[in-house]
Amino acid sequence: MSTLDTATDDIGHDHHGPASGIGRWLFTTNHKDIGSLYLWFSLLMFLTGGVMALMIRAELFQPGLQLVEPGFFNQMTTMHGLIMVFGAVMPAFVGLANWMIPMMIGAPDMALPRMNNWSFWILPFAFAILISTLLMEGGAPNFGWTFYAPLSTTYAPPSVTYFIFAIHIMGMSSIMGAINIIATILNMRAPGMTMMKLPMFVWSWLITAFLLIAVMPVLAGVVTMMLMDIHFGTSFFNAAGGGDPVLFQHVFWFFGHPEVYIMILPAFGIISHIIPTFSRKRLFGYASMVYAMASIAILSFLVWAHHMFTVGLPLVGELFFMFATMLIAVPTGVKVFNWVTTMFRGSLTFETPMLFAIAFVVLFTIGGFSGLMLAIAPVDFQYHDTYFVVAHFHYVLVPGAIFAIMAGVYYWLPKWTGHQLNERMGRLHFWLSFIGVNITFFPMHFIGLAGMPRRIPDYALQFADFNMVASIGAFIFGFSQLLFVWNVIQTVRHGEKAQARAWEGAEGLEWEVASPAPYHTFATPPRVD
Amino acid sequence: MDTARANRRLVIRLLGGSVLMFGFGFALVPLYDVFCEVTGLNGKITRTGAIETVEADTSRQVRVRLIGINNEGMPWEFSPQQSLLTVNPGEMKQTAFQAYNPTGRSMVAQAIPSVSPGVAAQYLHKVNCFCFNAQPLQAGARADMPLLFVIDKELPPEIHSITLSYTLFDITEAQAADNGSAEPDGGSPI
Ligand code: HEM
Ligand SMILES: [Cu+2]
Repeated sequence: MSTLDTATDDIGHDHHGPASGIGRWLFTTNHKDIGSLYLWFSLLMFLTGGVMALMIRAELFQPGLQLVEPGFFNQMTTMHGLIMVFGAVMPAFVGLANWMIPMMIGAPDMALPRMNNWSFWILPFAFAILISTLLMEGGAPNFGWTFYAPLSTTYAPPSVTYFIFAIHIMGMSSIMGAINIIATILNMRAPGMTMMKLPMFVWSWLITAFLLIAVMPVLAGVVTMMLMDIHFGTSFFNAAGGGDPVLFQHVFWFFGHPEVYIMILPAFGIISHIIPTFSRKRLFGYASMVYAMASIAILSFLVWAHHMFTVGLPLVGELFFMFATMLIAVPTGVKVFNWVTTMFRGSLTFETPMLFAIAFVVLFTIGGFSGLMLAIAPVDFQYHDTYFVVAHFHYVLVPGAIFAIMAGVYYWLPKWTGHQLNERMGRLHFWLSFIGVNITFFPMHFIGLAGMPRRIPDYALQFADFNMVASIGAFIFGFSQLLFVWNVIQTVRHGEKAQARAWEGAEGLEWEVASPAPYHTFATPPRVD
Repeated sequence: MDTARANRRLVIRLLGGSVLMFGFGFALVPLYDVFCEVTGLNGKITRTGAIETVEADTSRQVRVRLIGINNEGMPWEFSPQQSLLTVNPGEMKQTAFQAYNPTGRSMVAQAIPSVSPGVAAQYLHKVNCFCFNAQPLQAGARADMPLLFVIDKELPPEIHSITLSYTLFDITEAQAADNGSAEPDGGSPI
């Protein structure tokens, strides 16, 4: 597809190698270092949020209250959601962007390396603040990751102020990251790398970054309004003072729905690299993939009230948001069609990244279908706030976003470390995860349809069996992630030497530099034709 | 270098964009109120104050159900004098809500109205309502709080009954903090 006319992979650059010691990581402006920092941080958050998920599932193993207090249970559901969304999924994608985008477009580094360092290093502080609320008087936030006011204002524990502060910092980090990514993609491309030649992961991130810039400030706005309601006597969400709690939901979901696409578009990008590689074919329908992502992004601003069908919207509102939501399924369907068509008559092999990618396509589609069911306003009155919703968004987020991240990590790990991963362990991890995820989340569809509400520590007896099944699945899934951690650490340390083009069918600039990728790549831009 | 300049320009634009979106989040607050007002959604009553008297439409009767609810933690006794009224559109109707402060301290309350079905809100005209103002009550005192309203003759024919509910909030502390300003913050409570 593209060739280099300067040999850049053998630049010695010893005098420009990484600094040594902790200073290397604190002060680094190297996109590869920062990418690694983001990815390790995300892994740490993934495990932290995972422990919380297992506490939730342990309590729900049987009806009745046995392990934790209901108040603590609510803190666990809240913190699990916040940590997974803002601490695990989003930083992982930013980490992948840092590592891969400059290499994919033939740039020497990100456009704004110093800001890049800042956007990472404020994150650990945000999460230290958030997690420390667990030890505060009154406990951690307990109002759900959606923090509906006035539950999160009038009735919140005092730690809510720290929560707001943490969200502000995370928002700043995301905005800085997004600005950096846009500047890199628009201004740093190698000569000849036109927009319609951009690798799909780069396209997906360009669109995601614009979404971030559009909605993270709205999130900052809504938590600022909460702060003012709590401490400065305003009444944005307080009916007694003329405010309106439903307003909170409108503003929150104006952020919230685009946010779910922020968590899935980069996944689409990753999958669009892996499937062609292991099908040994070009991606089917490149242009339609780009347009599909762009239309998903635009439509995502017009559907937020599908989370609010039951607040008392007028009939025209219900209809508008119902049809607009269903419309999003069309570009999403185009993407699924293109992936399947790429595989069609390809010479497929099933290495670990490909297994995760195929599982992504299948299971994400199941999540899309349950989304379509929820989009039907009249039936959502029954499904809303039940485990059916939990099943839906876990299907799009766990075997969706998380599987895509893992697929990406396995796929690019040889490039990062210079070592082939342990395939056997990778496949074992895949199968345990695949089985675990389905045992966990598939039964939730049924208990949801049968009426089990979400966010409760105890439940009626008729839900007992399926809850037990789900909890068993969760423990299988949870513990099999240790295989992933182990495999990654082992691959970093040693392993069979990886070639520059670590996978036979892999295409793109990143595969033309050596493995492991030298500390500085593309100091002189390659020529792309 | 060229890229450096281009980067700086782009960063400034994108930062500007995020600041704009931050402002947009806040702009959603008034926009939301305007939207509700224009479309008459949300059961918020927007038509208040004096009105020209018109002849009542005696061929039609509308049931108006009145409900009084205490917000959490509000100790007052609060209920409508009559919970069901039969009204002709165009007729001026007078009624009242009874309130009793059983506590040993003087308190201030604010009632927040809501109309169901929401579309009926724009046809409910309040000439006078206790919800226009904060309502103080001495310890152990009782009061009849007046309500004077007219239902518009334009009320769509398929609407036969309207529920008008009031939720009573304790705003004693907020009032003390505000030094007794009559209007609580965050816009008009009507
Ligand atoms: C075909 C595409 C999709 C459709 C039609 C759809 C539709 C919906 C609807 C109608 C709800 C609200 C359900 C309720 O609360 O009653 C919902 C909830 C949710 N969806 Fe989707 N969805 C789709 C894709 C996605 C994707 C790709 C993600 C994320 C990667 C996602 C994440 C979520 C989350 C997190 C919630 C729950 C939010 C909460 O209340 O905590 N959805 N979806
Ligand atoms: Cu949504």
